[in-house]
Amino acid sequence: MGLLLLLHLLAAVGAPLLVRWWGRQAFLALALVPAAAFGWALTQLGTVVGGGDVRETVTWIPALDLQIALRLDALALTFAALVTGVGALVLVYCARYFEPDDEGVGRFAGVMTAFAGSMLGLVLADDVLVLYVFWELTTVFSFLLIGGSGAKLAGRRAASQALLLTTAGGLAMLVGLLMISSASGSRLLSEIVADPGSGPVLVAGTMLVLAGAVTKSAMVPFHFWLPAAMEAPTPVSAYLHAAAMVKAGIYLVARLAPGFADVPGWRPVVLGLGVATMLIGGWRSLRQNDLKLLLAFSTVSQLGFLITLVGAGSEELAAAGLAMTIAHALSKSTLFLSVGVIDHATGVRDLRLLSGLGRRMPALAVISTLAAASLVGLPPFLGFVGKEAAFTALWEGGVPDRLTAVVVLVGLVLGSVFTAAYCARYLWGAFARKPGLPDSAPEELEHHPGPLFLAAPAVLALAGLVAGPASPLLDHLVVVYAETLPLIAPEAEHLALWHGWQPALGLSALTLLGGAALFALRSPFMRLQHRLAVGASADEGYWNVLQGLDRLAVLVTGTTQRGSLPAYLGTILVVVLALPGSVLLFQAPWPQEWRAWDTPLQAVVGAVVLIAAAVAVPLRQRLSAVLVVGVTGYGLALLFVLHGAPDLALTQFLVETLSLVVFVLVLRKLPSDISERHRPVERTIRAVLAISAGVLMAGVGAAALGARTATPVSTDIPELALIEGHGENVVNVILVDIRAWDTLGELSVLVVAATGVASLVFLRGRTGAVDRPGEEHASGADPTEARRAPKSRWLSASSSLAPQRRSVVLEVATRFLFHPIVVFSLFLLFSGHNQPGGGFAGGLVAGLALVLRYLAGGRYELGEAARVSPGLLLGSGLLLAGGSGVISLLLGGAALESAYFSGEVPVLGSVSLPTALFFDVGVYLIVVGLVLDVLRSLGAEQDRQEDEQDQQDPAETAPEEVIAR
Amino acid sequence: MTPTIVLPVVIGGLYAAGVYLLLDRSLTRVILGFILLGNATNLLLLSSSGPAMLAPFFGYAEPEEMSDPLPQALVLTAIVITFGVTAFLLAMVHRSWRLVRQEVIEVDEEDRRVAARQGMDADDVDPDDIDPNELRTEDRPAGKGNTLHSDVDVEEQLARRYDGFASDDIALPPTRRGEQ
Repeated sequence: MGLLLLLHLLAAVGAPLLVRWWGRQAFLALALVPAAAFGWALTQLGTVVGGGDVRETVTWIPALDLQIALRLDALALTFAALVTGVGALVLVYCARYFEPDDEGVGRFAGVMTAFAGSMLGLVLADDVLVLYVFWELTTVFSFLLIGGSGAKLAGRRAASQALLLTTAGGLAMLVGLLMISSASGSRLLSEIVADPGSGPVLVAGTMLVLAGAVTKSAMVPFHFWLPAAMEAPTPVSAYLHAAAMVKAGIYLVARLAPGFADVPGWRPVVLGLGVATMLIGGWRSLRQNDLKLLLAFSTVSQLGFLITLVGAGSEELAAAGLAMTIAHALSKSTLFLSVGVIDHATGVRDLRLLSGLGRRMPALAVISTLAAASLVGLPPFLGFVGKEAAFTALWEGGVPDRLTAVVVLVGLVLGSVFTAAYCARYLWGAFARKPGLPDSAPEELEHHPGPLFLAAPAVLALAGLVAGPASPLLDHLVVVYAETLPLIAPEAEHLALWHGWQPALGLSALTLLGGAALFALRSPFMRLQHRLAVGASADEGYWNVLQGLDRLAVLVTGTTQRGSLPAYLGTILVVVLALPGSVLLFQAPWPQEWRAWDTPLQAVVGAVVLIAAAVAVPLRQRLSAVLVVGVTGYGLALLFVLHGAPDLALTQFLVETLSLVVFVLVLRKLPSDISERHRPVERTIRAVLAISAGVLMAGVGAAALGARTATPVSTDIPELALIEGHGENVVNVILVDIRAWDTLGELSVLVVAATGVASLVFLRGRTGAVDRPGEEHASGADPTEARRAPKSRWLSASSSLAPQRRSVVLEVATRFLFHPIVVFSLFLLFSGHNQPGGGFAGGLVAGLALVLRYLAGGRYELGEAARVSPGLLLGSGLLLAGGSGVISLLLGGAALESAYFSGEVPVLGSVSLPTALFFDVGVYLIVVGLVLDVLRSLGAEQDRQEDEQDQQDPAETAPEEVIAR
Repeated sequence: MTPTIVLPVVIGGLYAAGVYLLLDRSLTRVILGFILLGNATNLLLLSSSGPAMLAPFFGYAEPEEMSDPLPQALVLTAIVITFGVTAFLLAMVHRSWRLVRQEVIEVDEEDRRVAARQGMDADDVDPDDIDPNELRTEDRPAGKGNTLHSDVDVEEQLARRYDGFASDDIALPPTRRGEQ
């Protein structure tokens, strides 16, 4: 079974390719896939009729106890045969329905095959979650098929309507399925139905599952998506919206009925909606002029009929329901396919315009008549057998309550009268010659249907004819399922063509006569319908609900989003103060005793930090404010040292220095003072908020220690670091080994930030070309001879700077310091596993070396110092860090777990090499890449834009260039 | 574990200054506020690890004497990420300055427009929101696809023949292009 599903998947993926190779003939090849599934289902007939079932279980996610459980029993086989059989024939039909030059056929073929596979999976699924997955897959594929290429407005509308309704039902169903599986204690449908459990959870879950079935099977009041879905090409209407997808709800009800029919609420919902849908669908169907819409409403009507039968929860009605399901699928898909042929041949589907087609296309007329006869319930068709069985069952039993049985019977008979009438109307509308109307097909049909085009409807129609007399054979299959339900009638009646003179026969005759009368009186009846037409429709209700939702969304957005960032932040802060703040106030474990400080020096540094922060608040000189905030950063680094965290202190020092450089790079263009934009009252509010937040966080800081009562997770980490991570620097081992996943995620953040910086400055590309001395000259952009840098001199590109911007001291210092700094950064990197340092610190030091080169020699010097693109550094760093995780996997460890090579190397002695080192090298590269990106964009590129602007006359700048800058 | 007085006070002070700056409209001050908040948070994380102990290095201290290494690892990456985000925010300042010669967080005009809006604007109507009746009358005149009878005035003929005939919700165009 799993293999068949896989086959569908492969066929769906390959379908576009096949269509490109073979054109529309590819459908014939694709039809083989469902046909193979059909054949397989038939081979299992022996097992299933004997009362057995075929099971297959594939473990999916063992940790969540998820498994793909498939099961083929009598019910599943009936539906699987229908789905695959009709699917194969519809695909054959597609091979002629589409023109060789139609667009989007490849996509259509893929989605259609994928749908066939999901539908097969739906009826085979035994696990409720697998059922749900396939259920939603059919919804999604239906959406894609209805929407088509998305070019048509009506198609998009119908597709999203169907999607919204069926997914809403599907989500309700998911919750319901989880509820009933928790009530029964199993996730397997077979076990749930055998023992559903009881209680309010079960009742609520059942109602939610029914909501899914009702929306999927287009029951009133959700029926309107189905006629709208007729936007889809006719094969889709015939397969999804007649034979397969809309039957999913019927299938689910039939599947659950043996265990759930007696759940309170089941019968009122199923029988009530079923009968109402049958009547409303039939009534509406008689109003349609478009043949396809006529059939769509007829499908709605028949779905109501079917759900009544299979949901009633008795053996006799279930058997009739299965027979009717088969009959309906066969005849309705035939009728749809016939409409497709008519549409194809004449370009018209309006029955007011078609005339005399029966004589032009006799074969099609015969096929359609056969199918319609089965739908109406004429002997000897399967539809007659099914309808007869249904009437008999309700006459003698069917549902436990007699009154209900009578009401349902009356409803079904009336619905069947409608059925007969609209079938007659369909045949008359499509094929009859109408007085006063010219023949639809003048002399020659535009596209005469070929034999292959008619093959699928013909086979389906004949199947309906043959299955009637052969119904005793069908009975063997149907009864296996039906016997799982209780028998309510005095005795079980088996499916057969002739049961003798029975009341049901009279009812059948009554429906035929009623239908004929209704058809004969169609003009007065139409006027009656017109008079009774109500203003409201479910479709409009749906539209109003959506409009209301939109208005609500606008209202909510409009009231909450006022457009002011300080206001948003203030709101967030107020909530933080109110909720966690009150919790802190009333429930925090306040410390019993306090220490003044860890060391007196801590208090001194703390005071400096506080003073710096206080000075920063009112300061309006931009660079001074930056420097003062920098003081808090350096102070923090000292606090880290005092707290026994040298790695942190090192990193904080380096980052603080780099931050200052970046600030200067950006702020050098801005005015030196920040103007005040806030009114005094705003400032007061800010101050109140700020002080409250400060008090709150101080409280958090004090209470945090008291809240730590459990043994910290980190007590074992030092030993772990030494033994497993082979490192003496515990913090570094945590970063590159124990919590390396975290670090990998944080590295990705750095890569994103670096890319963000670059893209905000370069706008159109990841980076520009690396500025190298001499290139400008070669390209002729800068003819100044003095700016060409000779290659032989060290720090040569600094000569490209204007003399007044050069600093001899800085240049000389850079010459001395650059290489030692780079070597030092590498030392930090490689010794970081055992001593302070590591990839972060090393990378920052290397970045500082680059900063030095840039400051001393300008942008050309930066190009000389780092000739690679920062993107390359970032990418290779991420690759190295991630790749070292893969190496650990290959060496048999967990991902990113340190593996360890050690050995004797001449000269160096015994050398050990953990894979964590490669990870750290990745970290190093990414940090260098980040710094380089910042320098290249905020430094070099900004210089270049400046230079360009100097050379350009501002008046000549085109407006769009200003925007681009 | 007993807390110190110094560290919570420093943390609180940094948070207060940071929040005040964060609520400013000048992007530069917002960034400064962001950095102060980052510093404060790093200090909070570290202080919650317990009293100051020796650095977590083997050969320098025994495991019992070491300060908790886990918050240190968390803070270390946080420091570098704060730098990355600061650089990004500064790039935004740069961009804002180049575009409009200011670095102010303006009132979001889009939000104001949404707030002022009563219903849907005509230009951003979703296909889902179109009334089915409008769809029928405007988007697709009935009988548009039935051009086989173009010599006869189809609508007039139909109106005569089917007087009072109820037309239904949806009018479907032919799915096939047969109307050559």
